[in-house]
Amino acid sequence: MARTLFDKIWDAHVVDRMADGTCVLYIDRHLVHEVTSPQAFEGLRLAGRKLRRTDATIAVVDHNIPTDADRAQGINEPESKLQIETLEANVAAFGVPYIPVNDARQGIVHVIGPEQGISLPGMTIVCGDSHTSTHGAMGALAFGIGTSEVEHVMATQTLLQKPAKNMLVRVDGQLPAGCTAKDIILAIIGKIGTAGGNGHVIEYAGEAIAALDMAGRMTVCNMSIEAGARAGLIAPDETTFAYIKGRPFAPKGADFDAAVAYWKTLPSDAGAVYDKVVVLDAAGIVPQVSWGTSPEAVLPISGAVPDPAAEPDEAKRAQLQQMLTYMGLAPGQKLAGLPVDVVFIGSCTNSRIEDLRAAAAVAAGRRVAPGVRALVVPGSGLVKAQAEREGIADILIAAGFEWREAGCSMCLGMNPDKLTPGQRCASTSNRNFEGRQGPGGRTHLLSPAMAAAAAVTGTLVDVRELV
Amino acid sequence: MDKFETLTAIAAPLNIANVDTDKIIPARFLKTIKRSGLGVHLFDSLRYLPDGTENPGFVLNQPKYRKAEILVAGENFGCGSSREHAPWALLDFGLRCVIAPSFADIFFNNCFKNGILPIALPAEICAQLMEDAALGTNARLTIDLAAQTITRPDGRSISFDVDPFRKHCLLNGLDDIGLTLEHAPAIDRYEAARPAWTPAIAGV
Repeated sequence: MARTLFDKIWDAHVVDRMADGTCVLYIDRHLVHEVTSPQAFEGLRLAGRKLRRTDATIAVVDHNIPTDADRAQGINEPESKLQIETLEANVAAFGVPYIPVNDARQGIVHVIGPEQGISLPGMTIVCGDSHTSTHGAMGALAFGIGTSEVEHVMATQTLLQKPAKNMLVRVDGQLPAGCTAKDIILAIIGKIGTAGGNGHVIEYAGEAIAALDMAGRMTVCNMSIEAGARAGLIAPDETTFAYIKGRPFAPKGADFDAAVAYWKTLPSDAGAVYDKVVVLDAAGIVPQVSWGTSPEAVLPISGAVPDPAAEPDEAKRAQLQQMLTYMGLAPGQKLAGLPVDVVFIGSCTNSRIEDLRAAAAVAAGRRVAPGVRALVVPGSGLVKAQAEREGIADILIAAGFEWREAGCSMCLGMNPDKLTPGQRCASTSNRNFEGRQGPGGRTHLLSPAMAAAAAVTGTLVDVRELV
Repeated sequence: MDKFETLTAIAAPLNIANVDTDKIIPARFLKTIKRSGLGVHLFDSLRYLPDGTENPGFVLNQPKYRKAEILVAGENFGCGSSREHAPWALLDFGLRCVIAPSFADIFFNNCFKNGILPIALPAEICAQLMEDAALGTNARLTIDLAAQTITRPDGRSISFDVDPFRKHCLLNGLDDIGLTLEHAPAIDRYEAARPAWTPAIAGV
């Protein structure tokens, strides 16, 4: 029977199947960070259990860590400090490989997994973080889990799961100039909604997806969770293999060749059946900006904010009104020209070298607009170093951007990088929920190029007018 | 994990769609190394005014709903993050059951790991239960997990679906890890059969 990419990875990881269809699913890689692991380690300790496979596990701090240059001197905020120290004590006690803060490789867990060759095609990869879907860009089944499941994987290297349904999102044609992977995924979420992928694993395919580099594929898969899907997948191809070759934890020599031979068997078979199919035309995509407090509340930059009065359903009308009130927007207001206070370029969605190059291309020879605070937060220490070698950091610094250390930063308001109430932010992150970037903060999701354009003009603007 | 067998309790109405995990518990409250004590931050942005005082308009601040143990909510409840702090906060507040037309996958799964029963029902039935929940102190529902029924205040009964394995674990308060470790020989066999190129993360 013809199988999908998801079916193949699933089948290859079933250890045992119970009568009701629940499977014991083997997990190849477990990524651990400071926020969702302390209670799991505590659970192991209370039950007198060990990690089954420390060699399939790696830990890093990213959510809580400050991104200022002084952080090497210690962390001031007591709760963050305790959480980080707890992780360090736990990895030492349980023998888990760990990339410490002062290591050049430290960074956002979803950036360093692929960067180090830890995340590979055909694997099952989990982490106590919903954006684990990012690693699906490698052609792996990667999904976020709660802390109880973090403990379960630590103890057993498996999860109890039933297979998800298959969903195909095909993006045909070529993406217009000035549009990026971020615009593709925002357009997809705008089309299918934040519950559009519930119960499904999304496979992204089509000409526009195949044409993306690995960073772009990671951006697309990253936001699968914002479309309600637990995981997103892209079939591994020559772009994938070229990216992996030579990375520190990737297979070497004959092992690499054997792995590639296996990875080439993974793409979905012709005639494989999907439970749901959505098709988009890339040529019709224009730069996207979110306007509300749900990722599905997204529009082309040329668009205007909806008028709640036109919504017939009372509950939906009230929610539209609440979004406009929170975001400080009027019905029918145009997005282009809206002044911003802060620009954030970073997060597991858009902090890779390709993202920073795109931002620098727009910022080159320009200045951050007066009164705007613009932050660039590389996804890892290695991305930061590469950007410095390439001269990208110099361009951004000369333009007036803050050039910071790696971490989750202003994506989620868990570290010192936060919005203050009422501040409007053009952000390359993934969630625009109320209070996500700090209580009362107003988030507009967009691509790195669009964010850089907002920084230098001081307003939301169509980046195509600047290039 | 506490068993979930039957529950007769006040149901509170929260008729909002897409209640996200940041709304259930904002990220800034995740800096804890414990599971307990999160109830005070449940629905923080809805429950408290900017000056930190309670918002009297929020349902769970109204005297008749302070003891609610059941929440009737809008579609796609729990979307967003994988944080288990969301069900921990619900549980710490005292909520043991959430009824909604649909749930986000990870949140739904996390509930079962913590003795919370999430029940997905068609929108029109949820609308009836939302009306029941609006009855305040009379908004008492009885959830019988073994029978898979919800008994409404007027005595009528609604049946619901639940995954048989998850039902079994919830009814008996079972620890998943203990159950999975019974498959240890199969896990050993699986690992032994892995291809040689599968790398390990040694020497980080």
